[in-house]
Amino acid sequence: MKNRINACTNWMLERFPMSKLWNEHMAEYYAPKNFNIWYFFGSLALLVLVLQFVTGILLTMNYKPDAKLAFDSVEYIMRDVNWGWLVRYMHSTGASAFFILIYLHMFRGMIYGSYKKPRELIWIFGMLLFVCLMAEAFMGYLLPWGQMSYWGAQVIISLFSAIPVIGEELALWIRGDYVIGDATLNRFFAFHVIAVPLALLILVFLHIIALHEVGSNNPDGIEIKESKDPWGKPVDGIPFHPYYTVKDLVGVGVFAIFFAAVIFYMPEMGGYFLEHANFIPADPLLTPEHIEPSWYFTPFYAILRAVPDKFAGVIAMAASIIVLFLLPWLDRCKVKSIRYRGGIYKKALVMFVISFIALGYLGTQPATPTYTMFARIFTVIYFAFFLLMPIYTRWEKTKPVPRRVTEEPDAEDQYHAMVDALEEMTIHKPLKTSWGATAFPVTPDKSGIKHVLARLAKRLKESLD
Amino acid sequence: MKKIIQTLLLLLPLSAFAAGNVTLQRVDIDLEDFASMQKGAKHYVTYCLGCHSAKYMRYKRIAMDLEIDENIVLEEIAPEGANIYDPMLTAMNEHDSKKWFGVNPPDLSLIARVRGADWLYTYLKGFYTDESKPFGTNNTVFKDVAMPNMLWKLQGTQTAAIQSVKGEDIVTHLKLTEKGTLSSKEFDKMITELVNFLVYVGEPVQLERQRLGKYVLFFLLMFTVIAYLLKKEYWKDIH
Repeated sequence: MKNRINACTNWMLERFPMSKLWNEHMAEYYAPKNFNIWYFFGSLALLVLVLQFVTGILLTMNYKPDAKLAFDSVEYIMRDVNWGWLVRYMHSTGASAFFILIYLHMFRGMIYGSYKKPRELIWIFGMLLFVCLMAEAFMGYLLPWGQMSYWGAQVIISLFSAIPVIGEELALWIRGDYVIGDATLNRFFAFHVIAVPLALLILVFLHIIALHEVGSNNPDGIEIKESKDPWGKPVDGIPFHPYYTVKDLVGVGVFAIFFAAVIFYMPEMGGYFLEHANFIPADPLLTPEHIEPSWYFTPFYAILRAVPDKFAGVIAMAASIIVLFLLPWLDRCKVKSIRYRGGIYKKALVMFVISFIALGYLGTQPATPTYTMFARIFTVIYFAFFLLMPIYTRWEKTKPVPRRVTEEPDAEDQYHAMVDALEEMTIHKPLKTSWGATAFPVTPDKSGIKHVLARLAKRLKESLD
Repeated sequence: MKKIIQTLLLLLPLSAFAAGNVTLQRVDIDLEDFASMQKGAKHYVTYCLGCHSAKYMRYKRIAMDLEIDENIVLEEIAPEGANIYDPMLTAMNEHDSKKWFGVNPPDLSLIARVRGADWLYTYLKGFYTDESKPFGTNNTVFKDVAMPNMLWKLQGTQTAAIQSVKGEDIVTHLKLTEKGTLSSKEFDKMITELVNFLVYVGEPVQLERQRLGKYVLFFLLMFTVIAYLLKKEYWKDIH
């Protein structure tokens, strides 16, 4: 029997480079051994992509892309299809989770300089993935055919009509009707379930192939290929499989806990993952009180609204995404990792993160004069971060970069450090109780707390230098 | 097209005020209180179903979820002649309702997910006499609503104390001027039952998903612990 199986395997291997592929991309793909928590999000994004594929396919089995039936069919899935509610919540929560993971994944690239030479192309593929993902999410959001689906799409597609000369015709061409209608729903369905997912799949393939060609970056931002052992293996590298497959499995577990908590206990996420107004069927004659895009678009939406002129706003919104593509060439600093970069970049990055989150918040809020003013300030910061980058990164005062990767305290060390800090902040005074026993009540220690806080503040300041 | 965009953009800032500044009363929802939801279902059929369907909800599902015998659902809850497999449809047709009320009374299957329990509770208790309206009533949380107060007989009549703030009339509080057949306590209980039922109808599976969630989270926790131990074992030699 065993011989038979071996024969079959050999027959296969003679015709298909299964083991070669496996070795190249898993068992003999050397990844730096010092990946930290930021390196979980890529594999988790891939997991969510697969989840979205599987749940999406299941949803199409009962969903009807028809303006008259779409809303009903979603409720049918939620109520009458066995486990339909679970599949639908996984898909809707998965969409938001995808963006959370991708934003964290991109931020990882920004702090460790993963977009820099020789990884510019990986960044470009990644950005294309991000744009495709936005298109995928936008078109998928129309499908439930609720009020917010409808009017959100109406607002966003009408942006195209701001383009001079061809705008009106273009918007009409995209919609296939004068307003969002059945034609729009059908074509968005086609794009959402086949065209864009195919593009996503191809881009993920390209993203990973490009990554495996040059090798992964790491938190120290040094090339592990530069120090090799006599056998030609990078000394600071470890085979992706089994080391990172088991490590990513832990990440999967932790992520799944959060994911399941949302699905089972707060699938609407307070109106951010599933908006309240989207439980009303689309009504072309009734504009909702407040139209806002899904939370993951709000930073860009806030930029759009911050610009007084509509066409200029559309350009600003497009520019806010295009500028991300240019990141590898805007950043002139030779040092990759934030650990060894100058204080100015760290401060600029902090400002950027604050402005991105603030814009995200402002995008969910109505555009009152005060909010619009804030949105303008943060838009300026957003663009300043990128456009001034060639200037402020050129003369950055960087720190010496080590030749080999450094060791970082792992989760258990950090836990011990936290316990120690807690110990320092409290006093255990032996106390004789009235019945003669000795108790050790824990009381906060003022000077200890002061010490710990001072140390923390000092480290925080140092980390920004 | 330009006009549509302009109106859309104009509407955006308005939304801040559209929500109104009425403080909602809190209602205690208990989805495990099947008796309360059963009564709520009865109230719904008696007072709401005449105009408002709940078309995504079947009588059979109520019987299953609230653990009531199907015959009891048919006898005590469903309107006469309804089949156990029927969805909760209204007898009123759209053509008439449009003529009578100016709008079609919306389907209420998902209303609790749109408005939230507290809003529904406050709304149902928020009707007051306003002679300027076609049905003689207005509402504190839904100004100029087309719906008459269906429950006036039970609740009695409320009048509003109105104060003019910056040229805008604001209802400060409501006063019961004419007693209804129920005491205010009984009426509150009835509205709670009704809202409880509506919250259930909004997502019939919610109790089930919360029950399942515990097991899923426990499994994932165990999975993560084992995965972590496995990772530690594999990584022992990596320095």
